[in-house]
Amino acid sequence: MKKYEMGKVREIKSLAPGIFDMKVECTLSEYALPGQFAMLYPKSASTLLPRPISICEVEKGALRFVFRVAGKGTKEFSGYSAGDEIRVMGPIGNGYPLDAAKGRKAVLLGGGIGVPPILELARQLSEKESDVTVIPGYRDSNMFLKEDFEKYAKTLVATEDGSFGTKGNVMDAIRENGIKPDVIYACGPMPMLKAIKKYAEENGIEAYISLEERMACGVGACLGCVVKTKEPDHHSHVNNTRICTEGPVFEAREVEI
Amino acid sequence: MNTKVTIAGVEFKNPVTTASGTFGSGMEYSEFVDLSKLGAVTTKGVASTPWPGNPTPRVCEVYGGMLNAIGLQNPGIDVFCERDIPFLKNYDTKIIVNVCGKTVEEYVAVVEKLADQPVDMLEINVSCPNVKEGAIAFGQDAKALENITKEIKKAAKQPVVMKLSPNVTRIADMAKAAEAAGADAISLINTITGMKIDIERRKFVLANKTGGMSGPAIKPVAVRMVYEAAHAVNIPIIGMGGIATYEDAIEFILAGATMVAVGAYNFVNPNATVEVVDGIEDYMKRHGIEDINSIRGAVE
Ligand SMILES: Cc1cc2nc3c(=O)[nH]c(=O)nc-3n(C[C@H](O)[C@H](O)[C@H](O)COP(=O)(O)OP(=O)(O)OC[C@H]3O[C@@H](n4cnc5c(N)ncnc54)[C@H](O)[C@@H]3O)c2cc1C
Ligand SMILES: Cc1cc2nc3c(=O)[nH]c(=O)nc-3n(C[C@H](O)[C@H](O)[C@H](O)COP(=O)(O)O)c2cc1C
Ligand code: FES
Repeated sequence: MKKYEMGKVREIKSLAPGIFDMKVECTLSEYALPGQFAMLYPKSASTLLPRPISICEVEKGALRFVFRVAGKGTKEFSGYSAGDEIRVMGPIGNGYPLDAAKGRKAVLLGGGIGVPPILELARQLSEKESDVTVIPGYRDSNMFLKEDFEKYAKTLVATEDGSFGTKGNVMDAIRENGIKPDVIYACGPMPMLKAIKKYAEENGIEAYISLEERMACGVGACLGCVVKTKEPDHHSHVNNTRICTEGPVFEAREVEI
Repeated sequence: MNTKVTIAGVEFKNPVTTASGTFGSGMEYSEFVDLSKLGAVTTKGVASTPWPGNPTPRVCEVYGGMLNAIGLQNPGIDVFCERDIPFLKNYDTKIIVNVCGKTVEEYVAVVEKLADQPVDMLEINVSCPNVKEGAIAFGQDAKALENITKEIKKAAKQPVVMKLSPNVTRIADMAKAAEAAGADAISLINTITGMKIDIERRKFVLANKTGGMSGPAIKPVAVRMVYEAAHAVNIPIIGMGGIATYEDAIEFILAGATMVAVGAYNFVNPNATVEVVDGIEDYMKRHGIEDINSIRGAVE
């Protein structure tokens, strides 16, 4: 069940240049799942549509969002203070399937602003499973959430400039460390997701990737946010599926990216 | 106090419906909105066969509104009849089915399939700016509009609403053409063709290059067009374009609309439709209006 309600900023701080960590008190925190997202509504009259932001962590009575300032809406959010009101709608989407990791070697990959959405997953998976490795990938030494991951699971790091951990991307880190995942969970930029899809297909493993697309409604009504699918979709009856409703997480083989 | 309105013998409990394509089949918003509170649910355009729509990006925000180039993705009339109509029949609301096609024959095929379905009215989309063939071509030429309206009227068992495009020189001429060909009502406006360019990448934001603009910024254009159409024809009008609140809805009614539809604003406020219904009632109380029909076209 999705809810549309007024939330309240519990805490907001900057984690790295242009990256903000905002905790929002709202009742939808009671049943949000890892990999789901929420719509956050800017107030400025120069904006219209809500902004889709992933759930980074679920706390008692609040959701944690970590976002990058990308334009008008996220700029506005970054200026909020504790106590400010913010409208939220969610939780939206399917989330990551935790069961797929049962008794297997699970590897969680996050790239850039795709790092935050795998934090709650890392927390919940590490409570249930013994073999969980997380690899966040960053551009440089401005590594946000690294300590948070280290609390929950074995954490390796990739940085593009080589300032920490593996030099390169998360796939380079997998190779360098000789990791052989049974199942991958990922969120990140399109080139990274494409590389993961290819790797998973070549190695015959499952990979659950979280996709992004421009969205208007967030509830499956506008058909703005689709991705091409291998098979005809059960709802649309064409080779297109709604990321906001049937996703944002898909098994990599199901989607054409 | 009476909020009931009638179009071609179909009675609606209040004058508020949803704009096609912004409310799915109603199912998508039923978590937020009690559909039984609405005068009608107008569904997403449906064609004779499934359509995959346009490549993405399909939507983007613009100042005061948005552009969309969905390209009329839909599952086809057969799935619609099996899945979406039975769902809507669970609610105490009227059903207006929006129909699209690439040729007259395709429109007629859908209308024929709907003939024995429990739906109340048909809205014919001859004004979608986002598909290459058909659709808007029928809505931008008075002769073509007359022709398709006649063919659809021959096949239709339910009252027919022709949905007009604002992308024309004289809306009154199009309204008259629809009326002359036997349309039971008209609805307007569909989206206004627009474009957005990403100056950093020097690329079109939408994959389709152009998209239809909707949202609060188009309301003044829509109100003006409804007013002009209302003065040109005697058939009822469903007014839409940028409605966000009851104040907007009342403007359309004062301009001459019998019903109003909430579109893109559903994305901003999923409760917008019911808030408009409640707001209209409060407005009537506040102004001592006994019958909503008494203020239609009452602008001086
Ligand atoms: C499912 C999902 C989860 C996301 N999770 C996060 C997250 O956890 N942290 C984070 O920083 N970002 C996340 N994003 C991206 C985020 O939605 C955009 O950065 C944000 O909408 C930009 O808004 P703006 O007003 O700052 O930018 P503007 O450029 O002013 O936005 C204009 C319009 O474009 C849309 N838009 C712009 N960029 C994107 C984008 N990359 N994806 C989708 N819509 C976009 C906006 O929503 C808005 O409608 C996510 C996107 C999706 C689809
Ligand atoms: C995402 C989206 C999809 C739409 N799809 C349809 C459609 O399938 N058929 C149609 O006749 N109009 C469609 N429209 C147009 C709306 O029904 C309406 O005429 C227009 O958006 C103006 O109203 P608004 O400003 O309140 O949105 C669509 C509009 C949007 C924003
Ligand atoms: S954002 Fe409207 S269908 Fe997904």
